[in-house]
Amino acid sequence: MTLMQKFLGATAALALTAGAAAADPAILFDLGGKFDKSFNESAYNGAQRWADETGGSYAEVEIQSDAQREQAIRRFAESGANPIVMAGFSWATPLAEVASDYPDTKFTIIDMVVDAPNVRSVVFNEHEGSYLVGMMAALSSETGTVSFIGGMDIPLIRKFACGYAQGAKAANPDVTVIANMTGTTPAAWNDPVKGSELTLAQISQGSDVVFAAAGGTGVGVLQTAADEGILSIGVDANQNYLHPGQVLTSMLKRVDLAVYDAFTAGEALETGFNVMGVANRGVGFAMDANNENLVDYGVLAAAYAAADKIAAGDLEVHDYTSDESCPALDF
Amino acid sequence: MDFATLLQMLDATVRLATPLLLACLAGLYSERAGIFDIGLEGKMLAAAFLSAAIASVTGNVWLGLMAGIGASLLLSIIHGLASITFRGNQLISGVAINFLAAGLTVVIAQSWFAQGGRTPQLSGDGRFSSVTLPFAETLRDVPILGPIYYELISGHTPLVYFAFFMVPVTWWVLYRTRFGLRLRAVGENPAAVDTAGVSVVFLRYAAVGICGVLCGIAGAYLATALQAGFTKDMSAGRGYIALAALIFAKWRPWHALYACLLFGFLQAMVLRSDVVERVLGFSLNGQFLDVLPFILVVLLTGFVGKATAPKAGGEPYVKER
Repeated sequence: MTLMQKFLGATAALALTAGAAAADPAILFDLGGKFDKSFNESAYNGAQRWADETGGSYAEVEIQSDAQREQAIRRFAESGANPIVMAGFSWATPLAEVASDYPDTKFTIIDMVVDAPNVRSVVFNEHEGSYLVGMMAALSSETGTVSFIGGMDIPLIRKFACGYAQGAKAANPDVTVIANMTGTTPAAWNDPVKGSELTLAQISQGSDVVFAAAGGTGVGVLQTAADEGILSIGVDANQNYLHPGQVLTSMLKRVDLAVYDAFTAGEALETGFNVMGVANRGVGFAMDANNENLVDYGVLAAAYAAADKIAAGDLEVHDYTSDESCPALDF
Repeated sequence: MDFATLLQMLDATVRLATPLLLACLAGLYSERAGIFDIGLEGKMLAAAFLSAAIASVTGNVWLGLMAGIGASLLLSIIHGLASITFRGNQLISGVAINFLAAGLTVVIAQSWFAQGGRTPQLSGDGRFSSVTLPFAETLRDVPILGPIYYELISGHTPLVYFAFFMVPVTWWVLYRTRFGLRLRAVGENPAAVDTAGVSVVFLRYAAVGICGVLCGIAGAYLATALQAGFTKDMSAGRGYIALAALIFAKWRPWHALYACLLFGFLQAMVLRSDVVERVLGFSLNGQFLDVLPFILVVLLTGFVGKATAPKAGGEPYVKER
């Protein structure tokens, strides 16, 4: 009898959750967690904005290990969530496996391409945003040397570095661009101590603006830059507030917009390849009360002019990942 | 390579060698007493977290340091309980401590501060600031020695001086005190120590406790002196490099200092790949320099020299079989 009751109870609970979740969108965060002040938090902000504006509700999960990825996608798909949005390139492998099992569910993956009829792949033109902050860095530098610190040495991060170097050289052909990567293993995303030391090493080479695209390592970079009195540039989310008056700007990647768009489209989500660039405001740079006194009018005007040119298609920034080479920087 | 660049690299060496040195000396006490400790990494991480958390809550870095030492001591006691009292496997206990620290720090940080497993950024009195040694400013213009004193020796945080001071202290304690003699004996032949009427258990707990304190300082140095706050996994394998340094130094204090400085210098070389390229004439792969400490350990202890670990290391002491 008790066993029977348990079964009935479980079935009822399942039915209830399934009923409540039907057609609600869902979001799956990556390992950094929902409040990482960066990529995932940006995704969360997009979902929350949709909920605030429409009064709707959405399901969410923060995974704790890579092993949970496939299970998490399946659970949301079984519960009827639609569309299901995944933040982060690491979701690509499990999604590629799972997507065909749920042909009626629409999936969105951010930062990676999964080729399936019911998947929308959102990728960002990080090189365009990096180009703009590279220009701002070169124009704000007094020493004529600017630098870049990447996290793990992967093509995506080289794409940032390459765009940055191109922008800096476009603004000032004589500028020296120093680029360092923190490491070659995932530990490179979480080594602020090494980030600090790299920043100090770059300062001793003359750099007075440093751009960090390095996850948790970037915290150390921005901290040291602030301690040593040079300018820094944040990444992904707006990080200007971390050291007000000392962070020149942040290269924005509007993950929130990608999530918001997917949630708004709902089940009518268009699948396929979706590029977010300067043209559709998917990438850019952050201006707010924390850095308005740091950026000269001339610098801002030059950056906006370049953004307009990129948007209009008059200026093409080389994408490192297209041919694994960079015209402005040697790796 | 000019003099200023060399000084800058040596300065980075000192900063990078300090956490290694503290952790290495910590391991030295523990292993000399016969308790292998691969949990250095986890203890550093736990100390880094709690020191930053308490420093950010109270705004006092010294309270943070105390809390960090407390966290590391707690893990040490767990390691001691498992490996001394309950005679468990010391390696397994150490691994468990590393996992425990890696997971718990992030979970607690997240539920405490809700900043994605980080502590808030420390500022002002929440961080160790650098000390300018006396006459550093006045002597700065003296050729050669002035810059060395000003750039390299002066201008570090108090913990750096403490770490270097601990080297002669450790040597003195181990080789010139009764406690040190017994500590070394308990790692070589605990039965003899026991026969002499000295408590093996007490000595081993004392060694593990000193190890906890030093690891705690190493962790606090990472989070409140080098950095301004805790971030997930910020120890980034330094506990393991310290272990490599300990083996490289053949469990001796002065050699531990040299090994840590050497490994610190290798890390500083990775930062200045441009200098390395200019000096050597060809570029060295950063990954190669990163693994060089471990290669050196294998080469120099396996083939060239011979590293003899304390004889009773890793063996729980059983009075009667």
